[in-house]
Amino acid sequence: MSVMSFLGAIGAAQKEAMDADERVIIIGEDVEANVYGTTGGGKTRQETGDFVQMYGRNRIRNTPISEEGIVGAAAGAAMTGLRPIVDLSYSSFLYMAMDQLVNQVAKNRYMFGGQASMPAVFRSAMFYGLNTGAHHSDRPYPMFMNAPGLKIMVPSTPSDAKGLLRTAIDMNDPVLTFEACILWGLKEEVNDDEFWIPFGVARTHREGTDVTIVAISSSVHEALAAATELETEGISVEVIDPRTLVPLDKRAILNSVAKTGRLVVVEPAHRTCGAAGEISAIVAEEVFDSLKAPIIRITAPDMQIPFSPSLEKQMYPNKQDIVAAVRKITQKDKERVLA
Amino acid sequence: MATLSREQKIEAQRRMLRIRAFDERASKMVKRGHIPGTVHTSIGQEAQVVGATMALGEKDYMSGNHRSHGHPIGKGSPLGPLMAELQGKSTGVCQGKGGSLHLADFNVGSLGESGIVGSSIPIAMGAALSSQVLGRDTVALAFFGDGAANQGVLYESMNMSGVWNLPVIFLCENNQYALSTPAHTVTSGVIAERAAGFGIPGIRVEDGQDLLAVFDAVSTAVERARRGEGPSLIEVVTYRYNEHSEGLRLGTDYRPADEREAWLKKDPLVLFREHLISVEGFSAEEMDALEAEILAEVDAAVAFSENSPWPDPSVGFKDLYTDSEYAA
Ligand SMILES: Cc1ncc(C[n+]2csc(CCOP(=O)(O)OP(=O)(O)O)c2C)c(N)n1
Ligand SMILES: [Mg+2]
Repeated sequence: MSVMSFLGAIGAAQKEAMDADERVIIIGEDVEANVYGTTGGGKTRQETGDFVQMYGRNRIRNTPISEEGIVGAAAGAAMTGLRPIVDLSYSSFLYMAMDQLVNQVAKNRYMFGGQASMPAVFRSAMFYGLNTGAHHSDRPYPMFMNAPGLKIMVPSTPSDAKGLLRTAIDMNDPVLTFEACILWGLKEEVNDDEFWIPFGVARTHREGTDVTIVAISSSVHEALAAATELETEGISVEVIDPRTLVPLDKRAILNSVAKTGRLVVVEPAHRTCGAAGEISAIVAEEVFDSLKAPIIRITAPDMQIPFSPSLEKQMYPNKQDIVAAVRKITQKDKERVLA
Repeated sequence: MATLSREQKIEAQRRMLRIRAFDERASKMVKRGHIPGTVHTSIGQEAQVVGATMALGEKDYMSGNHRSHGHPIGKGSPLGPLMAELQGKSTGVCQGKGGSLHLADFNVGSLGESGIVGSSIPIAMGAALSSQVLGRDTVALAFFGDGAANQGVLYESMNMSGVWNLPVIFLCENNQYALSTPAHTVTSGVIAERAAGFGIPGIRVEDGQDLLAVFDAVSTAVERARRGEGPSLIEVVTYRYNEHSEGLRLGTDYRPADEREAWLKKDPLVLFREHLISVEGFSAEEMDALEAEILAEVDAAVAFSENSPWPDPSVGFKDLYTDSEYAA
C-alpha cells in the first residue's frame, strides 16, 4: 500500500497495463510531455523518466489535435490487435469524435455480427467546478449511456480509479472513463499490487437504514459529508456509488431501496435524461411498493455552466442540497408518526 | 510499372465479373422486394475496385463505404454469405445484423463498410497503426467516394498517417457524383492534389475503367507503404452506371443525357475481356465460359441465401459486448 492521488492511481494503472501487455498503447494530445499527469514517471521519474522514455514513441503516441481521427484510429487499431488507451483530456472534447464513438466504436462489434472486438479505453476528465466556463465543464456521460455498446466508468476514489481502469484496459469492449477533475488531488492508501475491480459492482460506502443515496462521481463525497451530518440528527443514510454506469449494478440499488424505502440520487450531470433519471425510473419500476416517500433527484439544472465562480458554484449538487432533500423525505414520516 | 501475371489477370476479370453479376442480381432482388431496404451497386466501377484489391495481399486490411459489395468481393470474400447478409439471413457474413451497408468479412481483411460517409477512413488508419506498432508488414486501404473526400476526418487521417508514416492508402473512388451532387460543384481544386498539403504522394488515375492503370497506381502505393515510407492518396476517376441506390427515383436528372452513354462505351469488363483476348491470347469461348461460370456462382449464392433460415430472434440481442448478454 502507498498513498496515491486519484491522478497518480490512474497513472499507476496505465503503467501496470503497459508493463503487462505490449499491445497496450497510449494515444492522445500532449501525452509525451505528461501534461495531464497520467503518463509521468512518478516516484521513479529520476531513474526511468516519463512513459515516453520507458516505453518509447512507438507505444506513446503524441497526436495532433484531431479527436475524430484519434478515436477512429484507436477503433481501427483495436479491431486489429492493439489495446489503445486514448487520452482525450477534457470530456467536452468527446463531441469532436462523436461520430467515431457512436457509429464505429459502439456499433462495429454488433453490426458485424461479433467479428470485431473493440478493446479500447477512452479517458476524459470532467473539469467542472474549476471556473473553466461552458466549453470545458461538461459532464456528458449520460449521453453515452444512451449509446449501446459502450461501457462507462465514473470512479470517485483513487483505489476505484486504479482497479476499474485496469479492468477497463484488460477488457475486450470499449470503455469510456469519466474522471472528475476536482477529485484529482484526492489521496488515499492504494494497493501497489495489480488489482482489478469488476464492472457492474457498486460500492456501498456507508450502510444505513433510513435513506439510500446513490451518488455519482464527485457527488459521492458530498453525499458522505451529508450522511455524517444527518447522523447527528438521528437519520441513518446508506451511500452507494455505482462506479460503473454501464453495466449498472441494479441489484445493489434495488436491495438498498427495498431496505430503506427512500431514495435520493445525486449527480453532477444535467437533469434531463441523466443517470439520476434512469436510476430513479428503475427503482420506480422495480420496487415502487417499497417506497415510503417520493424519489428525489439532485442534479445540475438544465442550464449552461457560467464562468464566474459565484455563478458556477450553485450549479452542482452540494452537501446542503443533499441534507435538505433527506430531511424532506424523512420529515414527512416523522410528522406522520407524531400525528 | 507493376504488372499482373496471366493467372492474376484472369482472377481480376473473375472478380470484376462477380461484382457485376452479384450487383445486377441484387438490383433486381431489391426491386422485387427480395432484398429489404436498398443497395448501392458498383456497376461501372469494377476496374477501380478490383484494380485496388488485387494490389493488396490476403492479410492486408481494408475499410469501405455504402457502395459496399464490390470491396469484399474484390478482396476474395465468398458470395453466398454476402448475398445472405443482403437478405438478412442467419448465414449472412454478419449474421444478418449488418446488411448491405455494413458488410464485413474479417477472414479476408475486410474491416467493414460504413453507412456514414467518411466514417470508416480512420479505421483503415488504425489498422495501419496496428501493423506499425506490432511490426507486421500488412498495409491498410480505405475506400471512399468523392463526396466523402469533403469530410474533415479524411484530412485528420492524412495528416496523422503522414506524420507517423503509416502504411495506409486512401483510395478515393471519384465517380463524379455524391448522390445527386456533381463533384465539381462542391469540390474545390483536385482531390489528388490535396495530398501535397500533407507531404504525401497524390496520384490521379484519369482512366479508372482501365484495370491495369488502377492496379499499377495502387501497387506502387502499397509497396511504398510496405517499405515503411508512409501513406498515399489515390483518386480514381470512374463512373457508376446505375442510380445512386437501387430503386431510387429522383425527380430531376442531374447527369447530362449523353454522359452515361459515353461511359458505357468504356465498360471495364468489356475492355478487359478484349485485353485478355488480344494481349493474353484467351479465346472468346474461354471468356464466355468464364462469364457463364460466374453467373452460376451468383445463382448458387442466391440459392444458398434463399435456403438459409432467418436468424433466431435471440441473435438480435447478442454481440453487443464480448462478455455479457443484453439485460433488459
Ligand atoms: C455523414 C453522412 N452524410 C450523408 C449521408 C447520405 N449519403 C449517403 S451516400 C451519399 C453520397 C456519397 O457520395 P460519395 O462519397 O461520392 O460516394 P458514392 O455514393 O458516389 O459512391 C450521401 C450524401 C451519409 N450516409 N452519411
Ligand atoms: Mg461519388
